[in-house]
Amino acid sequence: MMTLLTNTHGLMHALSGAALAVSDEAGHAAGHASGPVAQTFAAGPMFGLLVVALPLLACILCGLCAMGRVKTKLPAFLTVLCLAGSFLVTLALYLQHHGQPAGTAWIIQGFEWIRLDYRQMVDSVVQSRSFIANFGLYVDSLTCLWMLFVTGLATLIALYASEYMSHDVGQGYNRFFAAFSLFVFSMACLVMADNLVLLYLGWEGVGLCSYLLIGYFYKKPSAVAAAKKAFILNRIGDLGLALGIMLCYVHFGSVEYKVIFEKCAPYMASLAAGQLDQIPLIAQFIPLCLMIGAFGKSAQLPLYVWLPDAMEGPTPVSALIHAATMVTAGVFLIARTYPLFLMSEYALPIVAWVGALTALLAATIGMAQFDIKRIMAYSTVSQLGYMFAGLAVLTSVGGAAHVFTHAFFKAMLFLACGAVMHGFAGQLDLRKLSGVGSMPGWRVVGIAMLVGCLNLAGFPIITAGFWSKDMILGEAFANSQMQAIGWILLLTAGLTAYYTFRVYFRVFVGPKHYEPGDEHHGDDHGHDHGHGHADGHDEGHQTSGKHGFHPHAPGWAINTVLATLAVAAFVIVPLVALNHGGWVKDMVGASSAQFNEKAAYLIAAKGDLHTKFFGFDAHKAMMVVSSIVGLIGIAVAFVLHYQGRTTAATSKADALLPAFGPIAKWAQNKWYVDEFYNAIVRMPLLALAQIFHWFDKLVIDGLVDFFGWTPRGLGGSLRPAQSGEMHTYAVGMAGGLAVMAVVVIVVLM
Amino acid sequence: MAIGDMMMMGSGLMGSVLAQAAPPAAMSDVHLAHYLFVACVMFVIGLIGFLTRRNLIIMFLCTDLMFQAAGVALIAFSRYHLNHTGETFTIVLITVAAAEAAMALALVVLLFRKKESLDAEEWTELKG
Repeated sequence: MMTLLTNTHGLMHALSGAALAVSDEAGHAAGHASGPVAQTFAAGPMFGLLVVALPLLACILCGLCAMGRVKTKLPAFLTVLCLAGSFLVTLALYLQHHGQPAGTAWIIQGFEWIRLDYRQMVDSVVQSRSFIANFGLYVDSLTCLWMLFVTGLATLIALYASEYMSHDVGQGYNRFFAAFSLFVFSMACLVMADNLVLLYLGWEGVGLCSYLLIGYFYKKPSAVAAAKKAFILNRIGDLGLALGIMLCYVHFGSVEYKVIFEKCAPYMASLAAGQLDQIPLIAQFIPLCLMIGAFGKSAQLPLYVWLPDAMEGPTPVSALIHAATMVTAGVFLIARTYPLFLMSEYALPIVAWVGALTALLAATIGMAQFDIKRIMAYSTVSQLGYMFAGLAVLTSVGGAAHVFTHAFFKAMLFLACGAVMHGFAGQLDLRKLSGVGSMPGWRVVGIAMLVGCLNLAGFPIITAGFWSKDMILGEAFANSQMQAIGWILLLTAGLTAYYTFRVYFRVFVGPKHYEPGDEHHGDDHGHDHGHGHADGHDEGHQTSGKHGFHPHAPGWAINTVLATLAVAAFVIVPLVALNHGGWVKDMVGASSAQFNEKAAYLIAAKGDLHTKFFGFDAHKAMMVVSSIVGLIGIAVAFVLHYQGRTTAATSKADALLPAFGPIAKWAQNKWYVDEFYNAIVRMPLLALAQIFHWFDKLVIDGLVDFFGWTPRGLGGSLRPAQSGEMHTYAVGMAGGLAVMAVVVIVVLM
Repeated sequence: MAIGDMMMMGSGLMGSVLAQAAPPAAMSDVHLAHYLFVACVMFVIGLIGFLTRRNLIIMFLCTDLMFQAAGVALIAFSRYHLNHTGETFTIVLITVAAAEAAMALALVVLLFRKKESLDAEEWTELKG
């Protein structure tokens, strides 16, 4: 065994040496042909801990605000300040890390967190071992990529929330921002952890904050139910993650990435040499467990049902947690432990199918919904499926790039929907809103929505979403094992373009019309805008039965954030578009998520990554094909939902519905997945609970009651003896005496 | 004289327990069994009276009668064994009985004041 290990080590060094030589010769080769970047570990600068510490500080300060019953916007101010600080520290950390040789992973040791020393019999020899999980940060380029958009978006969304949540100043405002900062802290722990146990802490932390924020309106039963649903479904996934971490410790003897990656190196070497039998079976099980956790957190089949319901939370929460950051934690987990997934023959194909099917299913549901925030939620589920499929078709760069671009445009879409919801008293039904983008004061929202929709629909060349999606599609068709996945994703791309622009064409352009929702946020708005009852005073005011309602156009904070994000969505285009992945490729390629042409499932199936798409290079062909598919989707939405539409409630699409028969209704009812889960999981559990309830009530309680009633009954039967009458006692005494006399006589005679 | 025989046997047993095997000296016709029979009769009369009568004062007198029966039995044994233990004890007993009579009569007076009746059946406050 020992010699074998040395051999594989030697082999690995030889291989990496050769690969480095090749890449030196070829310079920066295009595509994924560049050689592996060796991972080197070094101690990092201590100021990196501030990235984690500042959001925690914000959380504590907001908690103090809540204790002091602060009735101003102070907690929002503190949160924005601390998160902006955290972003700047991340930026400084990134710039300093960028100066290091590619592949450097910094380990910033915070403090010793968990250390268990014990002895164990290994081959009948007692060895002392220790379980170490430090509060330490692992900073490589993947960490930097993730933390830059997490802290950056968190800052912007906190600023947005300072205005959006202003109805709750003095009530839930402190609580909201405390949970918000705690979320950023947990997310930072998750992403920056240098071991899987600290990742797990962050993982549970973001789950908790998600629960707290979905259930923010805790007096609303649907919000409470949604919070519980999210929490419970995540627990199911987390069980898989916990098992994966345990298996990691059992197999690698450590939960620290540094040790795991070092011990993976021999396996990677045998993978590079095409010797799959050198990789032990137990190591192949680890990714199977980890991905269950990833599917739960990132809302994939079969655990995706919580995410659409999570829209019960305030919109900034939906934007940050349930679109941009937390739900990408699953993608991050797989990217972080990518070597383990590459080693497994079955893990990545499963991820690919789960991701692709989720993408398609969620897109079909999204097409049939009427609640615009819910459409965005299904779109998030669908796009997360894309990211997983991206990782699985062996473009970790594409997967990460799609996370990166999606974070920007999806946050922007949610925030624009949130502005509409905020302005129209909770109205989210696309049949009751029309032409919002052209109403006075709503221009920024309309433009932001357009930019977001173009990105999500993958409008060619000018949008970042197009480039990241194209990377995944191209790679799927280039991968000989993933042709079917490619077709599913391509179909999904068309559907995505359609449902995205269905929202845009119905709500943001067209004839001006609105019906306000039924949420009344206090009186302040009415007073702000005055009660103009004069007819024709307000152009948008046509059919509303609620006289005196005026749309509440967004203020400076919301507009600033939306404008910033709209600009950012274009600024990031070169970061993902240049040179097949651009900056993101450099970041991912120098991290643990790098991919070097070798994956176990590809070797096992003798597949290759250069499959032609009808005789053309798959990547180049896909740029054209996905553009056309996206444009067709947009065009269909234009014809059905914009052309000739005169009212908000109806469109040409209504005429087409009967042609689809019951399918449209099924899609509108979310394919009855919730009902299905209800029938196969919830109902049996409830029935079992009823059985146990009656068992408890009859048997257990009966037993307890029996022991309680026995002395009571016994006492009751003896009670008449205590009559209180002197003669009864006297007779008793005399009787006793007589009995004793008889006994004495009988005994003595 | 079954009772007398029984008493003799009882005393014999008692004697052996006390290890005091003093034989009766100069016994007249009247011996221990007769005294004990009288004590028994007194006790039974007192007991029957206590059980049958309802007047508190009569009932109290009956208890005293039973008490004195015990005294007679003690004196008889004392004489039988030729020591003064029983007599001494009886003197103490009479003293206690006198004090008790004073207290019991006082209680009876108080009870009478409460309900204007001497009927023992009136008092059932200790009912469980």
